[in-house]
Parts: sequence; C-alpha cells; structure tokens
Amino acid sequence: MTGNEAMAEGAIQAGCTFYAGYPITPQNEIPAYMARRMPEAGGIFIQAESELAAINMVFGAAAAGVRALTSSSSPGISLKQEGISYLAGAELPAVIINVMRGGPGLGNIWPAQSDYFQATRGGGHGDYRSIVLAPASVQEAYELAGEAFDLADQYRMPVIILGDGMLGQMMEPILVQSSKFKVQRNKLRTANSQLRTKPWALTGCKGRKPHVIKSFFLKEGDLEKFNLVLQKKYNSIKQKVQRYEGLFLDKAQAVVVAYGTMSRIAKSAVSHLRKGGQRIGLLRPITLWPFPLAAFQRFKRSSRNVKFLVVEMSYGQMLEDVKLALDGRFPVEFLGRSGGGIPTEEEISKALRKLSHD
Amino acid sequence: MTKVFSRPKSLRDVSTHYCPGCGHGIVHKLIAEVVDELGIRELAIGVAPVGCAVVAYDYWDFDCSEAAHGRALAVATGIKRVRPQNIVFTYQGDGDLAAIGTAETLHAANRGENLTVIFINNAVYGMTGGQMAPTTLLGQKTATTPGGRQARLEGWPLKISEMLREFSGVKFIERTSLYAPQEIIKTKKAIKQALQNQIDHTGFSLVEILSPCPTYLGLSPVQALDWIRDVMQKEFPLGRIK
Repeated sequence: MTGNEAMAEGAIQAGCTFYAGYPITPQNEIPAYMARRMPEAGGIFIQAESELAAINMVFGAAAAGVRALTSSSSPGISLKQEGISYLAGAELPAVIINVMRGGPGLGNIWPAQSDYFQATRGGGHGDYRSIVLAPASVQEAYELAGEAFDLADQYRMPVIILGDGMLGQMMEPILVQSSKFKVQRNKLRTANSQLRTKPWALTGCKGRKPHVIKSFFLKEGDLEKFNLVLQKKYNSIKQKVQRYEGLFLDKAQAVVVAYGTMSRIAKSAVSHLRKGGQRIGLLRPITLWPFPLAAFQRFKRSSRNVKFLVVEMSYGQMLEDVKLALDGRFPVEFLGRSGGGIPTEEEISKALRKLSHD
Repeated sequence: MTKVFSRPKSLRDVSTHYCPGCGHGIVHKLIAEVVDELGIRELAIGVAPVGCAVVAYDYWDFDCSEAAHGRALAVATGIKRVRPQNIVFTYQGDGDLAAIGTAETLHAANRGENLTVIFINNAVYGMTGGQMAPTTLLGQKTATTPGGRQARLEGWPLKISEMLREFSGVKFIERTSLYAPQEIIKTKKAIKQALQNQIDHTGFSLVEILSPCPTYLGLSPVQALDWIRDVMQKEFPLGRIK
C-alpha cells in the first residue's frame, strides 16, 4: 500500500463515513481510493469543485455528527485554511491530511516539509491550534489516520496529519488488523453509535432544544470568554497529547531532531555513525503540535553537554520549536533543504561529524 | 373569542435586530410558518449566511449551522448527504450566493443536491455598509459605486436564477417579491413548494426574493417597496423561472 492509501484505509477503519476532496498531486491516491472504498464502507464520497467547497462540506458533515475527512497538498491546504479556522471556532471535529509538496506558490510536486509553520501555528485567522500528527512510515500513517479521529472527537477540534510527497507515494507492507482498531471498530460500528457520543450534533430538534453550530460571538466580551475556553482546552492537550520517539538518547553526545520522512533518512545516518562508535541519538517528534517538550526535559535536567542537529525539508521551521524547547542552553545546528531538495544521509553524516569536531 | 393568528412555533419570541422596513424579518417569519405548516420543525436544519442574516438562527427555533461567507451550499451539501432524512435549507443574500459563493452555488445546483435555497436579493450589501452587490442595478449608487454602477467598469446585474435554469440538476426556481401583501403571499407559497420538493426528493429548488433594504437604498420603507415594484422587478422579472 502507498502511504496515501494507508491513510485513507486507516480513516475508514476508524469509522470515517464522509470524505470530500479536490485532486492535487501528490495526494491523488486518497480521493481515488475513497471514491472506491467509501461506498463499500457505507459512507459518502464527494469530489468537490474546490478545496474551499471540500473543507466546508466536511464542516457540514462534522456538524451533522459523522467522522469526516478531507485531504490535499500544500497549495490546496492554503485554500482550506478558512474552513479549518471555522472548524476550530465552531468546535467541530474533523481530520485534514496534508501531503506536503514544494512551495511557495504553485511550487512543485516534490516532497517538502515547508508547511510546518502553517500547520502548527494555526494557519488560518484567529487564536486557534490544530493537533498535528507526523507519521514516518506507511504503517504509522495508517495508525495515526485512525487515532486522529479519536483525538478530533475527544477534543472537538481539527486534527491535521502532516505527511509529505515521499510518504504519500511510498509503498510498504502494513498490518491492517491491529487489535487497537478492532476495538475502535466495535465502538463505532454504526453512525448512530457515533451520534450518541455527539449530543451537540445537528440531527433535527426532535425531543430536545434546537442546536446551533457557530463560531460567531458578536456581544462584547463573549468571544474573549470563548477564546479562553479554547485556551484551556489547548493547555490540557499540551499536557496530555505530546508524543515522540527517542533512539539512543541516554548517553548521546549529539542528537538529531527530525520528523516524518526526514527522520528515516536521519536514522540511517545515525545508525552508520553509531557503528563507527559515535554516541549519536535521534529524536523524532510525532506530535508537532503540541510539540513534545517532554522529550527535551531529560537534557535540561542533566548536566551533560549535548549538541543538537535539526534536519528538515525546509529552511528551518521546526528548528524554532527545538530552540524554544531547549531555552538556549544547548547548541543547535541546522541542516535543511527545500523546494524538492532532500537532505541526504551523507549530508547529515557530514553535518554530524562537523558538529562533534566543533 | 377564537384565536386566528399566533406566532409560529418555529419563530422565537425575540426582538429584531433588523432595520425598519427590512425584508429579512418577513422572510424569516414566512419560513417559520411554512416549517410549521409542513410539520418539519423537528427535521429542519437551516444554514445561515454571512451578511445581515448571519444570526438567523437567533430567530428560528430549530437546528441551524453557520457557514463561512459564500459556503452555505457546501455546508448544506455535507449535512444533507450524511442526514438525507433531514430537511436542509440555506438562507443566503446576493453577496453570499452570487458573488463570493458563486462556485458553491453553481456546483451544488449542478450536482442536483436535494436542497432548498432561499435567496434574498436586495441589490446591495447591508452588513458591511451599502456596497455594490452582484445584483446592483446599472446606475444604482452604492458606497463602492458612488457615481452609480456602470456596465463598462462593474458589469451588469448578475441573474443567477436565469443561469441556473439551464442546469439539469435544478428542478424549481421562482422569483418573488415582498413589495405588497399579495406578493408576500406568493413568496410564502414558493417557499412552501421549494421545501415540499425536498420532502418529495425532487431535487434542487431555489426561491429568489426581491427584498427591501431601505437603509442602503437611501429610501423610506414605503419608497423602498415602490422601488422594487417600479424599478428592480423590471431588471429581475417575477414569476416561475423553472
């Protein structure tokens, strides 16, 4: 399966019954897969007239209480920002997949990680955040697509899966029947059981007071109060949802920080250098927002001197979060390429060797 | 004494925020009456626009969603596709439906979504302070056409109902007005038909209502009604379009 197909199947296994999207490379396997699979799974597939329409169809489906998904790639994700802001403002759960490509503008169709700021800082207008998950393998893409819906429902907010063109196109075998998803499937067998857990959804006001889904607070003071509710939710997520993978961190003298596809290339470099006796670790954030600050605590608590190398397919976006996490107490170097350039294993090894000599 | 008239159950007992002489209040009430008469209050889901009617859900006593400016028909598509048993309608102004939301309008219509659209055409932008609408008449002065709309610069009034007539997915379009009581009665009948069509799974139905905005036409409430009768309906002829 390709990463794109794995994310689509992961969503379906998690009970997603609505997909709307607009074709854009390199994520076209997702709408094609959904066009075939959604009707089989008893769900709805719509090829929308634009990314704007697609995200707003998702808004409607989410308001009506079902698990809804859209996907796109960088230029299309820019168009979806309006809808993502409205989802956040109306506290609606939805999942958005961004299979990143080169930018700015129309850019190109090669893999990139240059939408990190957009995804982790909100992206659209207003004071909001989305949970951002960054899979590094096709298996993980499959699993995180499912988990994204649980997080979206739990916190009633948009969740973004931030992959890149390489992950989307890459083919790897995956294990579909993991026990975790069996439990979820039982939990979410029918649309009705989903609705039971969404008492706020629009279903018609039979036997209850009418519901209104909105993000509009005109009366003085109301919006500030609501924004504080969002902040409280975001602070709770910062405590509970941080995730990362750490390899060889305990005695590391140097640590590479990379996410997604980039972390796999970094891992190869780390493995080779470790075989040569160098004490190098790898830190891979899985949640980009909330950023896994907990992963950096161990270094701040110890008196060890550790050097960090951040590697990205961008000119330094996650780099800012790593520097913030380390409070300026450790040297942080950066290696990045963008616009289709991907830092190679050799380039990473070279940067690491330079780091240990400095 | 027999009670012959009362507030519809679907209309909340609240005071209005609309200007004196505005048409929105009348159409809100007509929708509420029709929803009651069709017995669909517990099935209804309204989608409110961005514009003066942004808080339409404060007046209607049934489920409602907001939509970003122009996206009401995309939101309604999402709701109706996952809940086909509900009765879903959008309520949109001329800017929402015929300017920023043109693409969403045309494509929802072309897909033949089984939805009902209530389209308020008052030839001007109200919420933002009287700017040109896509339906502003030639020569009409607005905040952004201070010398009057000129075809050479701003194009012609957009007749979206006539455009939609050509679409195979569109089943019913009627243009009505609010300038006199008999026209209001016709408007109510058209709204009822458009919602009945959805109940009968007929397909996409739209009612365009020529509605007064005295504030930004710079007219008194009565003059604004006369303007619709004498001027506006010449550009936007009333009657069944499809």
